[in-house]
Amino acid sequence: MDKDLTQLDAMIEKYRGKPGVLIPLLQEAQHLFGYLSKDVMRYLAREMGIPAADIYGVATFYSIFKLKPQGKHIIRVCKGTACHVSDADSIKDALISALKLEEGADTTSDMNFTLVEVACLGCCSLAPVIMIDDTTYGKLSPEAIPAILERYSFVEEQ
Amino acid sequence: MKPITVKVGLASCGVAAGALEVYNTIKEYNDRQGGLELKQTACIGMCFEEPIVELDGGTAGRLSLGKVDPARIIDIIEEYRRGELPKANIILADTHPGSCNSLLQGQTRIVLRNCGVIDPKSIEDYIAKDGYSALKKALAMKPEDILNEVTDSGLRGRGGAGFSTGKKWSLARDSKGTKKYVVCNADEGDPGAFMDRSTLEGDPHNVIEGMIIGAYAIGADEGYVYCRAEYPKAIHHLKLAIAAAEEHGFLGQNILGTGFNFTLHIKEGAGAFVCGEETALMHSIEGKRGMPTLRPPYPAASGLWGCPTNINNVETWANISWIINHGASEFHKIGTDKSPGTKVFALAGKIAGSGLIEVPMGITLRDIIYKVGGGMKTEKPFKAVQIGGPSGGCIPASLLDTTVDYDSIDATGAIMGSGGMVVMDEGTCMVDVARFFLNFTQNESCGKCTFCRIGTKRMLEILTRITEGKGVPEDIQRLEELSSNICKASLCGLGKTAPNPVLTTLRYFMDEYLAHIEEKRCPAGVCTALIRYEVIADKCIGCTACARKCPVSCISGSIKQPHIIDQDKCIHCGTCYTVCKFNAIRKG
Repeated sequence: MDKDLTQLDAMIEKYRGKPGVLIPLLQEAQHLFGYLSKDVMRYLAREMGIPAADIYGVATFYSIFKLKPQGKHIIRVCKGTACHVSDADSIKDALISALKLEEGADTTSDMNFTLVEVACLGCCSLAPVIMIDDTTYGKLSPEAIPAILERYSFVEEQ
Repeated sequence: MKPITVKVGLASCGVAAGALEVYNTIKEYNDRQGGLELKQTACIGMCFEEPIVELDGGTAGRLSLGKVDPARIIDIIEEYRRGELPKANIILADTHPGSCNSLLQGQTRIVLRNCGVIDPKSIEDYIAKDGYSALKKALAMKPEDILNEVTDSGLRGRGGAGFSTGKKWSLARDSKGTKKYVVCNADEGDPGAFMDRSTLEGDPHNVIEGMIIGAYAIGADEGYVYCRAEYPKAIHHLKLAIAAAEEHGFLGQNILGTGFNFTLHIKEGAGAFVCGEETALMHSIEGKRGMPTLRPPYPAASGLWGCPTNINNVETWANISWIINHGASEFHKIGTDKSPGTKVFALAGKIAGSGLIEVPMGITLRDIIYKVGGGMKTEKPFKAVQIGGPSGGCIPASLLDTTVDYDSIDATGAIMGSGGMVVMDEGTCMVDVARFFLNFTQNESCGKCTFCRIGTKRMLEILTRITEGKGVPEDIQRLEELSSNICKASLCGLGKTAPNPVLTTLRYFMDEYLAHIEEKRCPAGVCTALIRYEVIADKCIGCTACARKCPVSCISGSIKQPHIIDQDKCIHCGTCYTVCKFNAIRKG
C-alpha cells in the first residue's frame, strides 16, 4: 500500500514538542491509514525525533493499535464475564462460520470484516453482545448472526 | 394544555436494545403532530427492561415503560394523552403498581441520583438539580475545611482498594510542588463491570464537579479523565460537558471569579487492562507503555511528569458534590461505621434484574440479589456471585448473608473491587470460571514481573488441563503454590490479585475441582471434553435425526429402533442433544 506519508505532516505539526502526545498521534495516524505500517512508524519517529523502538513499543503494548491492514468493518465479540457465562463462544463460532474465516485468520479475504475479541463492552445486562463499528447488538443467539452481518455485507461495486 | 413529557433512555445499553428506533419514531410523530416535549436521558439502571420510555404530565401520572416496542409506542402515547393508563409494560409508576417499584426501594441513590433522570447533554438540566451548587459552596470554603469534610465523611476509594479519600487528598495537598494534577480513573477494565460507563454517560457533570472541588482542595490546576476508548458515548458526553462547564465559567481561568484556575482534559485509553493501576495509568497519560512502577513514591508525592498527583475513580469523584452539599455527618448516616455511604454495583449474569444499582453499604448480598436484583433469571438455583472481577472471587450460597462493606467482603477472599457482580447458577462450572479469569489476567499481564508473566501462564495451563479431563491430583497443590508465589512476587495489583478467582473457587468449590480431576466429570455440564452424551433407550423412537446430523457419524441404529452413540468416536459437540425432539439424549 503506497500512501503519501506527508499526509501525516499536519498532525505532526499539531503535536510537535507537546508532552504525552504519542498515543493520540498514533491513534490519528491509524485513523488516517487504517493501521500502523512500519513505514508510518518510521516516518513518525524521524519527524518527531522519537526513537522508533519507543513508537513500536507503544504500538504493540495497546490493543487498539493494529499493525496489519484491517477490514472495513470491525466486529468486536465481547468475552466479558457475563457474556462468557451466556455462551459467547457460540456467538464467536457463528461469526467465524458466517464470515468463512480460515483457521487463525481474523480478516475476511474481501477485507470487509475483521473479527476481534474484546474483554468487555460494558453492556453486560444484554449478554451475549457484539459491537460492529460503533453499533452494539445484544441478547444474541448464534441464529441471529447471519441477518446482522447481512446489513454490512453489500460489497461496494462502485 | 401542559405538554406531555416523553423521555427516552439513550445510554449504550438502551441503544443496543433498540432505543434509538423508539426515539426516532416518537420524534417523527412529534415533528408531525407536536404537543410532546421529547427529551433524552441516560440509564436509570434497569437495563433488563430496555428500551425504557418515561411519560409524564398526563392524568395517569409519571410512568416508566419497559421493553417498549417501537411499533406500539405511538398508540401508547396516544392512550396516555387521552388520560388512559396505557396498555404497556409499566415498570415504575408514582400512583400505579409498577413491576420494578420494589427494586428501587432497596436503593439509596447518591452517585446515580441524576442518571436516567436528567439529559446528560444539558448543563441546564444538571444545574436545575442543584448542580454546581457544591462547587460554589466549596470555593467559599478554605481548602483545609474541604479536606476535613471529605475525611470526616469516611469516604473510601470506590475503585476497589478502599483507601480513605480525604487522607489521599491531604497527602497530595501536603506534597511540595507548585504544579499538581488530579486524575479521574475511568479505565473500567473489569469484565462484567459498567458502573463508570453508566455514570459518565448519565451524569458527567457530577464527576466533573467533584474533580473541580478536589483540585481546589489539593491545589491542582490541571486534570485528566482517563477513559476507555471502548466507551465512545461516555467520551462524547464528557466532551460536551467539559465544553459547557467552560462556557458557564465552572472550568478554565478564574473560576466563578475566585481566581482559581482549573483545566480538564480527556485522555482516551488505548486498550490495556493494566492501565487501571494508577502508576501504569500515569505512564499511559504521558504517552508511554502503561507499565506499573514500584510505589513509593506514591502519585501523591511524584505522579504525572513527576508532579504530585491525586487519582480517584469515577464513583469516588461522583460522591464529592453530595458530601459538600449535605455534609460529612449526613453521609455517615448511610452505610456502616467503617464503610459509610453507598456502593454502585453492576448486576449481570443469571439475575433477573440485571443492570445498575446503588445500595447502602451494610446490605447483605442476599438482599442485593433477591430483593434489589429481583432474584434468579432461570429456574436453576443460585451457585455463586463473582465480585471484584479478575481481582475478586466467587462467593458461594453459604455466605450470602455477608454484608457489603470493604472488610467483610475481604474476609471471604473476594474484594469489593469496583462493583462488578456476576451472578452464576448451577449451570456455571466454577473451574471454567477460574480458567476464564486466569486467561484474562494472563493476556493482560504487562510482562514486567516474572511470576505474573509466567506464573499465570502455568496456572492457566493447569486449569485448561483440568477442564479437558487431563488433570492430575497434584494439580491442586501446584495451583496453591503458584498462587501464593504470584501474590508475593508481583509488583502491582494486577499480579497480586490475579490468583484470587482460583483461590476462592478452590476454597468454596473444591468438590468441583475433584470431580473434574478424579471422576473426569463436569458437574455443571460446561466443560465440553467431559460431557458425555447417551441415548435414553426408552425415549428414543428411532427417528434417525441425530444419526443424520452427527458430524462424525458415531450414532448408529435402525429406523424405529433405539440408537447408540459410539463413545470412542464422539467429539462431544452436542448436535444430537440439540436436534433430538424427544429429549432422548442425556447430557452429563
